[in-house]
Amino acid sequence: MHNFIAASIGGILIGAAALLLMASHGKIMGISGIVSRLLPPLANDWQWRAAFIAGIVAAPLAWRTVSGSMPAIEISASIPMLALAGAIVGLGTALGNGCTSGHGVCGVARLSKRSVVATGLFMASAIVTVAVSKHLLGN
Amino acid sequence: MHLFVIFLTGALFSAGLMVSGMINPAKVIGFLDIFGVWDPSLAFVMAFAVIVYGIGLRLVLRRPKPLFEARFFLPEGLLIDRRLVGGAILFGIGWGLVGFCPGPAIAALGAAPGQAAIFVAAMLLATSATRKLQRS
Repeated sequence: MHNFIAASIGGILIGAAALLLMASHGKIMGISGIVSRLLPPLANDWQWRAAFIAGIVAAPLAWRTVSGSMPAIEISASIPMLALAGAIVGLGTALGNGCTSGHGVCGVARLSKRSVVATGLFMASAIVTVAVSKHLLGN
Repeated sequence: MHLFVIFLTGALFSAGLMVSGMINPAKVIGFLDIFGVWDPSLAFVMAFAVIVYGIGLRLVLRRPKPLFEARFFLPEGLLIDRRLVGGAILFGIGWGLVGFCPGPAIAALGAAPGQAAIFVAAMLLATSATRKLQRS
């Protein structure tokens, strides 16, 4: 399948999932927010959050069962870099109240000013980060 | 029953990450690498997700309430403060360093357990610590 078609279909599925979560439970599909309230102190409404995360983890396993292979996941980062990047993402999404899904998809689609600003900023800083690490530092 | 709907919704989101290639950090880095050999295809993920959600949301919010809850829970904050700006910039740095944002990292737990688990564990620890500091 052509890259652009696959990306478009994937986008439609992601948009549909976000829509389904709003239509069924009235919740914004922001992954960092959903998972953060599964950490102590546990939110009262932890059950739906846990079910949603379980669905995210289960889908690749179901995919493997059906197709016999995993989707491509290529990670070039070292173990310390994975830990560092994870920590920065955890800090940033907690401070900024959202990530690619909550701000980038749901917030932008709602034309939320906060989300449009956040999305512009994290796209820009991610692009600069890749430019610096790949082209200046040669990673 | 309603938790099963949520489980399927999470799986649908995850399927979108897999089909689009968002689950693959190398592809995400290629998308962010606009000064290198740029792979623009992932722009279509966000574009189509935003279009589907933007149009669908108008129809959904016409209903008095969601199927299983008493009301819609929509974020009401309007403030663009230093926390939002600083948080978003930091998030972008972490995203660009490895190519994982929270959704794909969690989805990859089932597919590339070791590396994804390190990223997710560090992410959860940092989120937990940040929330603790903000409460105190």
